[in-house]
Amino acid sequence: MLDDKGVVKDAISSGTMWRGIEVILQGRDPRDAWAFVERICGVCTTVHALASVRAVENAVGIQVPKNADIIRNIMFLTQYVQDHVIHFYHLHALDWVDVVSALKANPAATAALAQKVSPSWPTTSPGYFADIQNTVKKFVDSGQLGIFQNAYWGHPAYKLPPEANLMAVAHYLEALQWQKEIVKIHAVFGGKNPHPNYLVGGVPVSINLNGDNAINMERLNMVHDLIVQAQGIVENLYVPDLLAIASFYPEWTKIGAGLGNYMSYGDVPQNGIGDPSKFLIPRGVILNKNLGEVLPIDHTSASEIQEQVAHSWYDYPGGTKALHPWDGITKPNYTGPKPPYQNLDENGAYSWVKAPRWKGHAMEVGPLARMLVGFASGRSDYKEVVTEALGRLKVGPEALFSTLGRTAARGLETRLAAKWLLDEYNKLIANLKAGDSSTANTTKWAPETWPEDCKGFGPSEAPRGALCHWIHIKDKKIFNYQVVVPSTWNASPKDGDGQKGAYESALLGTPMADSNKPVELMRTIHSFDPCLACATHVLSPEGEELAKVVVR
Amino acid sequence: MEVLERKPSTYDILRAHGVDRRTFLKFCTQSAAAIGLTSAMVPQLVAAMEKKPRIPVIWLHGLECTCCSESFIRSSHPIAQDIVLNLISLDYDDTLQAAAGFQVEEIRKKVMKDYKGEYILAVEGNAATNDNGVYCTIGGESFTNILLETAKDAKAIVAWGSCASNGCVQAAKPNPTGAKPVYKLITDKPVINVPGCPPIAEVMTGVLTYLLTFGELPELDRQGRPKMFYAQRIHDKCYRRAFFDAGMFVEAWDDEGAKKGWCLYKMGCRGPSTFNSCSTTKWNCGVSFPIQSGHGCIGCSEENFWDNGPFYQRLSNIPVPGIESTPDSIGKTLTVLSAAGIGAHLVSVVARKGVRNLTSNPEPEKSEPAENQNPENRGN
Repeated sequence: MLDDKGVVKDAISSGTMWRGIEVILQGRDPRDAWAFVERICGVCTTVHALASVRAVENAVGIQVPKNADIIRNIMFLTQYVQDHVIHFYHLHALDWVDVVSALKANPAATAALAQKVSPSWPTTSPGYFADIQNTVKKFVDSGQLGIFQNAYWGHPAYKLPPEANLMAVAHYLEALQWQKEIVKIHAVFGGKNPHPNYLVGGVPVSINLNGDNAINMERLNMVHDLIVQAQGIVENLYVPDLLAIASFYPEWTKIGAGLGNYMSYGDVPQNGIGDPSKFLIPRGVILNKNLGEVLPIDHTSASEIQEQVAHSWYDYPGGTKALHPWDGITKPNYTGPKPPYQNLDENGAYSWVKAPRWKGHAMEVGPLARMLVGFASGRSDYKEVVTEALGRLKVGPEALFSTLGRTAARGLETRLAAKWLLDEYNKLIANLKAGDSSTANTTKWAPETWPEDCKGFGPSEAPRGALCHWIHIKDKKIFNYQVVVPSTWNASPKDGDGQKGAYESALLGTPMADSNKPVELMRTIHSFDPCLACATHVLSPEGEELAKVVVR
Repeated sequence: MEVLERKPSTYDILRAHGVDRRTFLKFCTQSAAAIGLTSAMVPQLVAAMEKKPRIPVIWLHGLECTCCSESFIRSSHPIAQDIVLNLISLDYDDTLQAAAGFQVEEIRKKVMKDYKGEYILAVEGNAATNDNGVYCTIGGESFTNILLETAKDAKAIVAWGSCASNGCVQAAKPNPTGAKPVYKLITDKPVINVPGCPPIAEVMTGVLTYLLTFGELPELDRQGRPKMFYAQRIHDKCYRRAFFDAGMFVEAWDDEGAKKGWCLYKMGCRGPSTFNSCSTTKWNCGVSFPIQSGHGCIGCSEENFWDNGPFYQRLSNIPVPGIESTPDSIGKTLTVLSAAGIGAHLVSVVARKGVRNLTSNPEPEKSEPAENQNPENRGN
């Protein structure tokens, strides 16, 4: 809802899809769960599978071999680099880049700009940009704009000069070609992408340096080359483009901060998932933007992570306000209007997303939360990339608490991820050199070896933020399975105390140039990298509907 | 913005791809039949196709995880860019679209009106049929209604992935949302099913480009799957098949057999009952496929594959005897039937080989059917 100056003064976020995977899992073999939950999301494919095998291993007490941890880390970091680059160029850039304006660019000036921004990148000639411009022109002239039609081209909120727009369009296409390469790493270790295979107890692929039917030197070389190629894209295209585009939108370092509470579960274990002190992505909570203190998280404590359903379409038994996921209940109870409907009632239930809270606080999760937790934990690698970027944009650390801060954090994190990818590869080689080629621990593969009744949790940091699966196994079968995904935190509706979720809160105070074309709202919502359909309706001060945004 | 007076028509584009006029006319005739037009109306359609620009595509997303879209953009030949910029006009795709909200819904309605009977409807995901479809709504409307409305005037419908083709994970028991695949909701026109979770990228782009290049629908089996990709079982073309025939099996994860790449049948591989091209086309530009990377096939393109588990239980333990079918004569019981078939097949192989010369211990399973009912193996 807008005030009379066109500034957002209230916002609600509604998730409008529910598939019931937690319900479907009940009674099934826990070793199969990874495949079901991997299908929660095909964009951040792998992360739910990883959280799931970790949850089962935690429940029945399995320690995976070192190589399995490293291969899982390589797959995890591959997902980060691929997903973040796709998000930037293909799901978020068009909120900042005006494709049609690229037609007015001078190719020679674009080449000069590109050579300045990415001096070591090969495709920066005037002829190259003239070709790209012709491709766009031909496409626009055909009159069939496809996925680019009815967008907000020419909107006053677009600030880039035509040359920067043309450069970004060229890189949109280059990144689209590249993203299919990096995922070959998943094909090597998991057989396919999207949705590569995982395994409780390790990884399904074996290593045999003296054979050609498992991971051998040829496969390792392929992985190595893809990692080096990814580093080139991140350092020469993604991060320079990000900083160049950001420099035209300084006002967005003051918009879209939102909650100010940040949480990271941490990941990329160096000494097993049970030792968070050795994670490359650190674990912790920051409250009220206080970078002076990082609080610990206990996933097993009944009073820390809880989900509420006061404004969600679910039932909890009589009077229960909040439940820890091990005791979690997924019982749908739709009370919204019968479709087709225009509006949802924010005083009642209005979302399929539950409202998760940490010690009662609504939290933001994702790249910004991770960068802040890393920065506040005093990690030198985090401080280095953050300080360098802030210096180049000539802004202070407070600029991080914003829509642009969120978008920038994703790029800076990708620099770290691409670097760690090579580190993990080198660790795998070192481990093989030391004579260890084991990839699976099968001592507790058979359900007969498990306790009759056990509980586990599998934490991870999906590209979009903190992710954890909680499992309760009884009689060798899944008794209860609960998933709290990053977008459950960020897209959370209000809780029983009226506390807003991260999206809802971040939209407050956003000025809009044209309430019919809410590109400004898209910028903030997309800065979170939402992974589910959520609708934003724009209402006038009188409650009249001005626009409706559906974001996926 | 300047707009050229004459846009390249579908005919222009087909010609540029080497399609002659005769094939083009055939395409129009088949398209007309596909959307239920009488033969008298074919000339009208021909005229329309000659004048009209690139074929508009409306790509809907229902209950799904977007893995099909992600797979589509992984295509290496052709690359996604060429398809989206040169071959089709992807007019509506709420995931990739630059615009959002009512501007996007406007586009869908406009395409449906301006290109009545001419647009291709691509469906990713499926529809929740319980409780008025409240489990999947877009802009306040149920996906079920959006699907039915958009399908009404579509020229052809492509059901991407297992969600749209056969239900997939949300339709697994107890199917809490009443999720139903496209063919169960739209019965008055052909649906091309392209199953898989997701389908292989080059299979997706292969189906689309086949439509445009050869100017006709590809040959479909009785489940509506293009035969060019789904006519044979993964097992029949698997490079590890020789190990199956020799009785050399992986017995435990990362054991000696796993390191040597032996057959994964005993680890639950569904290759013997799954019709797909993973073992030939392979994944991600031919880099690998599940079996090559050490994990059995989970059968992700077969109807009800989620309920045919557990995944790590070998197929022969599914206790329904029967006679193996061909892909053309199957119904819902496909997996079960061919599962029984493969059990029988294994028995025959082991019996034929007699003595084992291997370190593994592939004894015939007592639970498997004793007699070989698989016509394919009777000559063994």
